[in-house]
Amino acid sequence: MNEKAPFLRLAKRENINKRNVWLIRAAAFFTALVLGGLIFVIAGADPINAYGSLLEGSLGNPAGLRQVIKVATPLLGTALALAPCFKMKYWNIGAEGQITMGAVGASYLALSFGDTWNSFLLLPAMAIMGVIFGGLWSGIPAAFKARYGTNETLFTLMMNYIAIGIVGWLQGGPWEGKPGSQIIPMFKPAAVLPRIMGVHIGWILVLILTAIMFIYMNYTKHGYEIAVLGESENTARYAGMNVTKVTIRTALLSGGISGLVGFMVASGANMTLYASVAGGVGFTAITVAWLSQLNPLGMIFISLLLAVLSKGASTLQTSLAVPASISDIITGIILLCMLGCEFFINYKIILRESKNKEGQK
Amino acid sequence: MEKKHAIEFRGITKRFGNVVANEDVNLYLDKGVIMSLLGENGSGKTTLMNMLSGIYFPDEGQILVDGKPVTIASPKDAFDNKIGMIHQHFKLIDVFTAAENIILGLKEKGTLDKKEISKRVKAISEKYGFDLDPDKKIYEMSVSEKQTVEIIKVLYRGADVLILDEPTAVLTPQETHKLFKVLRAMREDGKSVIIITHKLNEVMEISDVVAVLRKGRHIATVKTEETDEIQLTEMMVGRKVELNIGRTEPVNPVPRLTVAGLTVRNSEGINKLEDVGFIAYGGEILGIAGIAGSGQKELLEAVAGLRHISSGSIIYSPEGRNPEELVGKSPMEIKDAGVALAFVPEDRLGMGLVGGMGMTENMMLRSWNKGKGIFIDRKAPEELAEKVLDHLEVVTPSVDYPVRKLSGGNVQKVLVGREIASAPSVLMSAYAVRGLDINTSYIIYDLMSEQKKKGVAVIFVGEDLDVLLELCDKILVLCGGKVSGVVDARTTSKEEIGLLMTSLGGKEKK
Repeated sequence: MNEKAPFLRLAKRENINKRNVWLIRAAAFFTALVLGGLIFVIAGADPINAYGSLLEGSLGNPAGLRQVIKVATPLLGTALALAPCFKMKYWNIGAEGQITMGAVGASYLALSFGDTWNSFLLLPAMAIMGVIFGGLWSGIPAAFKARYGTNETLFTLMMNYIAIGIVGWLQGGPWEGKPGSQIIPMFKPAAVLPRIMGVHIGWILVLILTAIMFIYMNYTKHGYEIAVLGESENTARYAGMNVTKVTIRTALLSGGISGLVGFMVASGANMTLYASVAGGVGFTAITVAWLSQLNPLGMIFISLLLAVLSKGASTLQTSLAVPASISDIITGIILLCMLGCEFFINYKIILRESKNKEGQK
Repeated sequence: MEKKHAIEFRGITKRFGNVVANEDVNLYLDKGVIMSLLGENGSGKTTLMNMLSGIYFPDEGQILVDGKPVTIASPKDAFDNKIGMIHQHFKLIDVFTAAENIILGLKEKGTLDKKEISKRVKAISEKYGFDLDPDKKIYEMSVSEKQTVEIIKVLYRGADVLILDEPTAVLTPQETHKLFKVLRAMREDGKSVIIITHKLNEVMEISDVVAVLRKGRHIATVKTEETDEIQLTEMMVGRKVELNIGRTEPVNPVPRLTVAGLTVRNSEGINKLEDVGFIAYGGEILGIAGIAGSGQKELLEAVAGLRHISSGSIIYSPEGRNPEELVGKSPMEIKDAGVALAFVPEDRLGMGLVGGMGMTENMMLRSWNKGKGIFIDRKAPEELAEKVLDHLEVVTPSVDYPVRKLSGGNVQKVLVGREIASAPSVLMSAYAVRGLDINTSYIIYDLMSEQKKKGVAVIFVGEDLDVLLELCDKILVLCGGKVSGVVDARTTSKEEIGLLMTSLGGKEKK
């Protein structure tokens, strides 16, 4: 009857059950793997073989597994830091700088008291310094936003480059080890995080933090304030919340956790400080936070997934001579598919009905 | 042979997920006829019209224009079929002139000849009796003028069928009369008009035929002269409904809130309220009337402590306690003292409720700060949510279901229910029945009256003057942020309030 109906159109889904949501997500993930397989084919490798050695290289042996955990730890920690900010719709993209400054704070103590203090005193002190430095670095843009209404996205982004610049200056100036080396000396043993199962204990701290953050976001007054503020500033005000206070407090908390991550990376993984200490974690963590839909428990899984991809890719390079940057491409494809599938969770596509069917009516 | 109808719906069905918005609607409209489309909220009026104006596409069925089957897949298709819709929320660009807004999006050949456009706009205005300066900027216009621009925009595109979605909701009685005159002029010109409205008296006044929808189905189309308000309501609701507000005499009214010399400025330093003074009595409903944006919102927000007050005082005299000054107190302190605000903004959510949260979490907005420790108490709000759900018959799958997905009436019940549950001694509500159907509106009026009987001072900001006259004891009229007059609701008339709304003290200014 209606021949000129649009070929396809969209309709909003009202109630979609949990099972279908996960089916759609699984389909998206599978699609991403297939598309990723195509990339392997283009790069000249057998995709099944490639995926196999990707898994083998990352999860198949203890050394690979340790590497995966080492990579996942700061990702998870930083994603946890970003969660309350994003929940509040405060777009903190300055985790990179906050990690860096946290590492600077911790390194100051490591370099000054590495010989004199024992590690029971030094490590906690370094952690606290990391929290304070990271928190302050995040508090500056938040204070400006609260006082002058500045845009936190640009502000936090710019603060990243200042932080990295500061470390560059420290490396070549006041904290330089051998003159002319442009390198800060390695930390003394007292300033290095101990290991558990071959990886620095940061991973245990981050797991504990995940549980704390889950409770904080879901069961505390602070968490409720953040959720309301994220939905509507007017409602928050109406409910008697102090918007300025909540904004700054959450930004300080977020920066503090990022700073703690900075301390872990400097003390546990690098055992020194250099300009690229954050190494893009502050940005990748944004991906982790969004893919897990700000759910702290989901972040564990997502950060592990990204870590497996990046670790597995470096194995690929050696075993199959496929460039490691392929893992970045696959990560990108997965991200695209996972975010894209949200569209299919919210909408369904209706194709034009066939004429036969119309005729029967 | 069948007569050609201007518009005909044949077996139109539209579903959203599992919800059937329209089911097998068969409906027609002839040329030169004004039709009212009547129905409760969620009865599918707007969905049906949106299919006519190209916003939605029907799942099943066929629309015919002038007897020919047509496909309307976009608003442009609608215009091509000479159908135009005037939406409830105006879609105009503030910094453009009326004429510029009117031609916006038109693809005409040649250069932009503003003079020619102005001339054509003027010609349309004169033809139908509009009063519009084509070169005036939108931001300088009143609500009624903006609406005029929207109507001319549609006429300029050559529409023969006009759909108006609740056009009178934002107008004063005088402006409504003017609009109806224009609509009648269009009818004389052979145009067809569909008007969506909730106000039965207007339906009776303006329309030739009334089409009633209920739960997505077309119940009947009747000639206006052959029906009455009671019959229409029955068709809409599906059962007999009592349409009167049982207004009781105030019992022992005592001053509860004394406002004097209240002046409030907005962030640009412009006075939104100037020297406002009134007394709200316990056991009375004080209505507040005024053209949209006359300071109603600012007044309630000022009392609730949400606005900075430049000068003036608000004395609150609770029962059995000493009077206290509210100016300078925080919103939290004012709330705890027993002054509740149930404000329903234009978008219903956005203040007072959090759309993405369920009923329980919305109840927490009042109680989140109670109790010691860092953890939030969920138990009490959950019980309250269950109580509101039972008491007000909120339709929701569960107390955790996001309120954004509830229908407008249910959202308002949640909001008003929460405020009443706090046992306030002053209850302020703004636009509590905005967009609600008759049945739900009366539930809300009953709630207000109940509070009044309990000795609460109720302040009710409303849009519908008929309701204010029936519900309130006194009516305060605001005009441009000043008190234009306080009248006794039992003796005043709509016309008197209309005058007070447009000119201070009701004096004609020409």
